[in-house]
Amino acid sequence: MRILKTEGLSKHFGGLVAVSDFNVEIEKGELVGLIGPNGSGKTTIFNLVTGLYKPTAGEIHFDDTNITGFRPDRITGLGIARTFQNIRLFSELSVLDNVKIGHHLRLHSSPFVAAFGLPAYRREEAEITKNSLRLLDITDLASVAQEQAEGLPYGQQRKLEIARALATGPKLLLLDEPAAGMNREEIRELMDFIHRIMHAFDLTVFLVEHHMRLIMGICPRILVLDHGVTIAHGTPVEIQNDPKVIEAYLGVEEEEDA
Amino acid sequence: MSRQTSRILTAISLIALFVFLRWAEGNLDPYLRRILNLIAINVIWAVTFNLIYGYTGQFSLGHAGFIAIGAYTTALLTLPLAQKEQNFFLTPLIWPLSNIHIPFLPSLILGALLAGIAGILIGIPSLQLRGDYMALVTLGFAEVIRVISMNLQSITNGSLGLKGIPGYTNLLWSWGCAAFTIFIVRMLANSSYGRAFKAIREDEIAAETMGVSIFYHKLMAFAIAALFAGLGGGLFANLISTIDPNVFTYILSYQVVTVVVLGGVGSITGNVLGSAIYVSLFELLRPFDQPMTFGSITIPGRPGLRMVMLSIIFLLVILFYRRGLMGSNEFSWRWLLSKFQPLFERARQEG
Repeated sequence: MRILKTEGLSKHFGGLVAVSDFNVEIEKGELVGLIGPNGSGKTTIFNLVTGLYKPTAGEIHFDDTNITGFRPDRITGLGIARTFQNIRLFSELSVLDNVKIGHHLRLHSSPFVAAFGLPAYRREEAEITKNSLRLLDITDLASVAQEQAEGLPYGQQRKLEIARALATGPKLLLLDEPAAGMNREEIRELMDFIHRIMHAFDLTVFLVEHHMRLIMGICPRILVLDHGVTIAHGTPVEIQNDPKVIEAYLGVEEEEDA
Repeated sequence: MSRQTSRILTAISLIALFVFLRWAEGNLDPYLRRILNLIAINVIWAVTFNLIYGYTGQFSLGHAGFIAIGAYTTALLTLPLAQKEQNFFLTPLIWPLSNIHIPFLPSLILGALLAGIAGILIGIPSLQLRGDYMALVTLGFAEVIRVISMNLQSITNGSLGLKGIPGYTNLLWSWGCAAFTIFIVRMLANSSYGRAFKAIREDEIAAETMGVSIFYHKLMAFAIAALFAGLGGGLFANLISTIDPNVFTYILSYQVVTVVVLGGVGSITGNVLGSAIYVSLFELLRPFDQPMTFGSITIPGRPGLRMVMLSIIFLLVILFYRRGLMGSNEFSWRWLLSKFQPLFERARQEG
């Protein structure tokens, strides 16, 4: 079953073409990678899919719903959650509250019921707390639940972003450079972790990454973007041998590694 | 300390407050009672501003407008009919207002509701803007309300104002309403809605990708704040008994901001503390307006000098407590006990 489909998706900022004619189809349960040099439009695509940007042209379909032009909170409500490249936590709130906010969109109690602390609300709040603690357990953050999000080390902040995204009850999770700033050991852990949550939450994952090791290691299917244009599409082996990709991206990357 | 103990202590202090207010109503002189009433009304205003600014992170300067709507509504509904005729000698008051005289509680509720509706109407355009722009637009709307009240001769009596509003507001009314406001705002702030407000304050983009509808929640905070600000306005009108458009200038909005910044943004305890300090200082500094004699030097009285003193005191507070007296901390029994603990321990050691 197809979960996400974009048709001729384009975004122009004034004269700059950030993304042009981007087409992707993602099946339920897939893990698809999106790579490309800096400024090639990867994050712009995420911003388009999550509704932060309105596309200049093209359509986005999610689960048979045309979500083009929907507000971000509605899209999240339908089941797309994301993390950010430059971490965007609610830094002055506790780790637990960060995850609890992810549950707010599924809250049934009205503000009135909540303000008077009526039993219906208290039951929901207890449920939210229980589920949030469970998510913190899965992401190994239970021990820091009461700490301020701002004070966490970098790696844990990244994990908290994922826990918070999972709290919204997504079907599709967009991860924007989850391995940024991680060492080899941490990346291996992250790969396991992504597989684990995909299985546990019945997720489809769309992943933007700079890090070749991660993306080649876990994504069976990869798209390559350069200057907003999709230049290649295939398995890791196909991508690695594609002359266009080597020219645009891997060539530079190999030099860096050597 | 268990939650049970905390609750018992809270209940005891509420009863003690009630007993004190009952006693104060009968025994304190009118001047002191008026100050206590003003503190309670300022608490209401500060807590509502805190809901918009402290929790949701939106800077609004429109409080005077909502206060004015609450004040005028409650005043017009509680004014005795004969008094209305006396007031409106230039242009008669329009029907049906000229024939309505209802008790205090329903008047207060209606005043609050009207202010809340105004909050929604003003919030819809203003909340599309961010930061300073929103502050400017809300400031503008508050002025619009004042100018309308200045010119709506047959409803507000224009610049002649309303006189002889019955003094229904007493300590139980004002502090009762303040306690109710604090209860509601505190419960809301600690609920899932409160978390959504704070999420908007922290990062709007992250909040909306977490499924929080930014506009709906901002508008909710704004309307609830306007509602309770109107309630405070109603109490205010029936306390000072004479209102005219010039009571509700932008200076009143600034006063609310000052109280909140002084006490601590995001702290209800700070709001209460800020109100008490602001209102008390305003009165305590009165001697500065009168001529003063130091030995052989006599300084002639300068009306307004106390405002200068007030400003200097606030500047000093902000210099030493950058986030207000309480920061964003709240009072708790645990905190109070922890302050007393060292004393007990020293006594034990010495014993």
